[in-house]
Amino acid sequence: MKKQVGLYYSLPQIMWLLVFFAAPLGIIIAYSFLKKGLYGGVEPQFSLEAYTAMANPNILIVTWRTLKMSVIATILTLLIALPCGYSIARSQNQAMRLFLVIVPFWTNFLVRIYAWIAILGNEGFLNDIIRALHLRSESVQFLYNQTAVILVLVYMYLPYAILPLFSTIDKFDFTLLDAARDLGASRFQSYVRILLPNIKSGLVTAGLFTFVPIFGAYAVPLLIGGKDSYMLGNIIADQLTKTRNWPLASSISMTVTILTTGLVFLIAMRKPREQKQVFDADPGLITPVASGGR
Amino acid sequence: MKGADVDIVGVSKFFGSFQALKNVSLSISKGEFFSLLGPSGCGKTTVLRLIGGFEEPDSGTIAIEGKNVIGLPPDKRHCNTVFQSYALFPHLSVFENVAFPLRIRKIPQQLVREKVMRYLSLVQLEMHAAKKPSQLSGGQRQRVAIARALINEPSILLLDEPLSALDAKLRQHMLMELDAIHDKVGITFIYVTHDQQEALSVSDRIAVMNMGEVLQIGTPRQIYENPATEFVARFIGETNVFSLKILSIDGTKIYGEVDGLGPMFVDDETDAKPGETVLATIRPEKIRISADLPNTNGGRINVLHGIVAEPIYSGFQTKYVVQLDTGMMVTVYRQHANWSEGIPDIEWKDEVYLSFSASDMVIVEMHEQ
Ligand SMILES: Nc1ncnc2c1ncn2[C@@H]1O[C@H](COP(=O)(O)OP(=O)(O)OP(=O)(O)O)[C@@H](O)[C@H]1O
Ligand SMILES: [Mg+2]
Repeated sequence: MKKQVGLYYSLPQIMWLLVFFAAPLGIIIAYSFLKKGLYGGVEPQFSLEAYTAMANPNILIVTWRTLKMSVIATILTLLIALPCGYSIARSQNQAMRLFLVIVPFWTNFLVRIYAWIAILGNEGFLNDIIRALHLRSESVQFLYNQTAVILVLVYMYLPYAILPLFSTIDKFDFTLLDAARDLGASRFQSYVRILLPNIKSGLVTAGLFTFVPIFGAYAVPLLIGGKDSYMLGNIIADQLTKTRNWPLASSISMTVTILTTGLVFLIAMRKPREQKQVFDADPGLITPVASGGR
Repeated sequence: MKGADVDIVGVSKFFGSFQALKNVSLSISKGEFFSLLGPSGCGKTTVLRLIGGFEEPDSGTIAIEGKNVIGLPPDKRHCNTVFQSYALFPHLSVFENVAFPLRIRKIPQQLVREKVMRYLSLVQLEMHAAKKPSQLSGGQRQRVAIARALINEPSILLLDEPLSALDAKLRQHMLMELDAIHDKVGITFIYVTHDQQEALSVSDRIAVMNMGEVLQIGTPRQIYENPATEFVARFIGETNVFSLKILSIDGTKIYGEVDGLGPMFVDDETDAKPGETVLATIRPEKIRISADLPNTNGGRINVLHGIVAEPIYSGFQTKYVVQLDTGMMVTVYRQHANWSEGIPDIEWKDEVYLSFSASDMVIVEMHEQ
């Protein structure tokens, strides 16, 4: 009896997942095992060609580069988000500061990328300042390289890291830091030995929230990056729109999805065992859905 | 004071525009069990945090073992704290919690093991070394916090209401254990509490605080028997307060009048002059209650008349609230030691006489507010 009621109530959610998650995923899986159509699309014929084509050195290079850039961007994001989340959690007017973190979300993603182009471009804001100060007469080329892409990625996903870190640090008992200082630890030691181990779940969540979407990034490397910063998201888009190899696009998408969900799964699996000993109540690990990127 | 372990002189502390401490001076000797006693919010924790180095005073000086410690961070001060909430590290085992100060100092593993086990046995927790704090009872957690605070061999241990989270029975037990530990390690304890019984039973000296001020410092007996102000008299135990208009003074023999009650004798020192009004107090256990008019033999005994408004039986004694003819309520304790000796039972609405000696009365300062 009870079970049936539960089923009724979860029906909307099941429908939602079927239509927006399972069905597209099914289509991608199916496409990745079919033969490439002549002008895009697929032929209804089983083939592993899309997977063998992935061994292409170009794709491997880009995969490796994507991984490297994602790791660097995630680490940078966490390094910035950690002090931000900490200071928000300790401040008197948390609501105001959280509001300021969230404000940029109200502006469209693409508009914010163009804002960065306006800042970093050859005729951009930063170069105007450099010229005005007579530091250089020529414009400095800030855009269209890996550094610029990583910078903008960090900017884009910083709030996703700050929010989970804030909510974990907010639950942290700051008298533990006093106690550590009291027992002889320096300020730095008290953070490393007491704060960090107790906010591990927040760090993991923040890391996933940034790593997963960055791994699938598409728009930022397209608009900000150059030849050296092409990422997997761009290759997938190229296969769809330029090369018109839909099965290859699907197989690369599958690989990205499997890699990221695998990572999430691994971390989620080893989490509860560790946490159980540490806390009575686990704030819980929210696992982000592997995103195809935008 | 010379040889003082902790010397606080004229310390004030503001939080924004709110003054949490007003010109606080304390001098605590080496090895003393010193208590800070006062109601919630009076600034007890703030005093401890100033000594521990978590806050800096806005004015005044603090010296520990003769050295000025203003500006010195907590990790550089020779005192350790048992926090109000214990502040045990939830991710570390009991062993590692106690070992934490040694790990910071990079003591070799062999020594760490020996020392931690020694301090765990001091608080009788050797059996629980491997547990996490969340797996311990309240009393056990508190003992871990004590062991952890003692392992660096501080010269001063600061304890912030360490028993407040425990139930009444356990609190009594832990208090005696604390006292025993104090005797064993022989260092200075500065103990914060809002429970007067706790403070009276273990302290060498007590400082009574209210609203950021120290009102009186003294031994438990001095504080109880000779309270300096009305607040101290009322906060430590119960007391009855009369507004006494002084008629004549002869040395410490004061003769005066209480409005509506008539003449009253008080034996105490006072700076007041005849014609002035002072507050005279008498403790409930120092009043005799009887159904018949007591024979005073012409001694300096005060006798009042009233009706029992409320008898409260509590096993070892009965507390009577007696309404005097003027309407004033007086509290009296009667011990049951003599219950069987033929003294008639006194019950609700009985007419009674209250008698007490002038020498048991104490004159206290009024509070200007
Ligand atoms: N960081 C702070 N900011 C603002 N006000 C504070 C701060 N710390 C303490 N106070 C104020 O100072 C006063 C004294 O606080 P304190 O914590 O010393 O009281 P306490 O005597 O320890 O009380 P309790 O018995 O409830 O622990 C209180 O009114 C409190 O609100
Ligand atoms: Mg307090």
